Amino acid sequence: MFSEFLQYLFTGITIGATYALIALGFTLIYNASHVINFAQGEFLMIGGMATVSLTAMGVPMLLAIVLAVVLAGVLGVALQRLAIAPAKNADVVTLIIITIGASIFIRGLAQLVWGKEYHVMPNFSSEEPIQIFGAVLNTQSLWVLGVGAVLVAVLVYFFTRTLTGKAILATSMNKDAARLVGIRTQVVLMLAFMVSALLGSIAGIVVAPITFTSYDIGIILGLKGFVAAAIGGLGSGMGAVVGGLALGVVEAMAAGYLSSDYKDAVAFSMILVVLFFMPRGLFGAKIVERV
Amino acid sequence: MFKKITRRAGKFAAIAAAGLLAMNAQAAEPIRIGSFLAVTGPASFLGDPELKTLEMYVEKINKEGGVLGRQLELIHYDDAGNASKARNFASRLIRSDRVDIIVGGSTTGATMAAVPMIEQAKVPFISLAGATVITMPVKKWVFKTPQSDRMAAERILQDMKSRGLTKVGLISGTGGFGSSGREQTLAVIKEMGGVEIVADETYGGSDTDMTAQLTNIRGTDGVQTILNFGFGQGPAIVTRNYAQLGIELPFYQSHGVASDGFLELAGNSAEGLRLPASPLLVPESLPDTDPQKPVVEAYKSEYEARWNSKVSTFGAYAYDGLMLAVEAIEKAGSTDKAAVRDALESIQGHVGVTGTFNMSADDHNGLQADSFRILEVQDGGWKLIN
Repeated sequence: MFSEFLQYLFTGITIGATYALIALGFTLIYNASHVINFAQGEFLMIGGMATVSLTAMGVPMLLAIVLAVVLAGVLGVALQRLAIAPAKNADVVTLIIITIGASIFIRGLAQLVWGKEYHVMPNFSSEEPIQIFGAVLNTQSLWVLGVGAVLVAVLVYFFTRTLTGKAILATSMNKDAARLVGIRTQVVLMLAFMVSALLGSIAGIVVAPITFTSYDIGIILGLKGFVAAAIGGLGSGMGAVVGGLALGVVEAMAAGYLSSDYKDAVAFSMILVVLFFMPRGLFGAKIVERV
Repeated sequence: MFKKITRRAGKFAAIAAAGLLAMNAQAAEPIRIGSFLAVTGPASFLGDPELKTLEMYVEKINKEGGVLGRQLELIHYDDAGNASKARNFASRLIRSDRVDIIVGGSTTGATMAAVPMIEQAKVPFISLAGATVITMPVKKWVFKTPQSDRMAAERILQDMKSRGLTKVGLISGTGGFGSSGREQTLAVIKEMGGVEIVADETYGGSDTDMTAQLTNIRGTDGVQTILNFGFGQGPAIVTRNYAQLGIELPFYQSHGVASDGFLELAGNSAEGLRLPASPLLVPESLPDTDPQKPVVEAYKSEYEARWNSKVSTFGAYAYDGLMLAVEAIEKAGSTDKAAVRDALESIQGHVGVTGTFNMSADDHNGLQADSFRILEVQDGGWKLIN
């Protein structure tokens, strides 16, 4: 009985950590620009697919990972420069629609370059799972959790201790004031897209051994990541992590104890409940609109 | 001056040649074979090898003198797996291309969308899609070459029974293939008796982890074996989770993943699992007495030599469809649609790649469950069990 519970918990935490990493990417761009970047899932896909195809070409795994992350970063900058920046004065909704368009474009491109098949990536370390109290844990899950924790720590440091991080925060709070004190807001925006692309691609790479990877993996994972971000409260880093983990655990518990048929339904009703009682999410900032 | 003469001579020659061609065409109008396939789009893994197979064998038959002394002409459209496109293309094939027979329809959706129009126009149609509904109930003008999922379920349950496994934990995908497979499995069990489903779990098409469902099945009292009915990457994840959880019950997959691509995705975890599949996966291990052996070997080597890519079960459906059409036209001695249809319905003992076809008025598929072979994964490859 306990081992079953533990098994569901492990499953939930692993999936949840993935959702959390994706949700963090959403949060980052939302913070800098109030744009919800629906191309976030595609960064995930680029990370996984580029690593797989580079290793298939004979590039050593570690180098392939670095190159894939760099590629995603370049793509993030290109997305901001070529698609978001030209629509400077457009309102947020228009920018969000642009990101949806960009995601379809990137997916189409990936389909042309890499084809439509699913690909495998080997586990980073042993393929042998670990036994804990009768439940099993894939070693890759530890990688997902570990990498997730490190990334969160780095992000916290970045936003609270570095000037650049603070510049991003300042831009999100008041763009005009930030410009007045000498922050180049366009550069800050570009930076936000780049960091969130890096984050997305790293998430894509660490989960690829568990989920496989293909050109369209970003759609559903991106959506679940957005749900996690919304539950946690858009814009809150803490919220993204808690929202992601909660979503993953609820999904796994629902599949285990209720019925696997209703697993997604339970997860999606969770946002309804959370947003009904706390419209700004679990950790959303209490913003008072000045009239 | 000289230039002018040569130009005239050239013109004259051209006209003469055109005239000759026209006469020739009148003497032997080509037999038009129409096709609509999902060559692009999400079902392109079906339509692509199917089209390649049709093109290649139409070419080959023409080189060998054609059928009834007439050449074959393949007219094909890409429906991208879209039902409404399929319907439009079927209409175009019938009305403006005036085809003699249609071999096509990669997906069940495309096939079923075109069926009403084809029935109305009374054109013989051989579908390449799997679902039972295509030929059950029997439609006068509609035939199909793949086995249905019902036969796969029968074959799997027979094999379980023969190993004394009667309590089955079922896990299926919620997509069309998985849910239809689940229904057919339940229906076969009701009819066959002696086997029962003790756990019934599902997973969504894009789920990335099925350990929760498998843990549930493992915890069910008395479960002796697990069956996964699904398609795409889902079954590969189930297989990996199965191995990670260290479940040691005999494991079955459906024919939906009977491909080398699945072995690649599932890796070591697939060791020991069994599934029903076309003999095309194991031509070398078929016994020499097997009537299908030469057909399967010839198709595999010709396809792989011509296209330089791995042969697929789906291409074989098109091969069987074309060969059945050719046999029916030869038998009918003409392309008269009613005669060809009657000939198709009376085909007996036609040895194809997928199986041996015995058509009849109430069976427009003509295959038996035993046309599926039970294979087991051993040392990363397929091994024929029976």
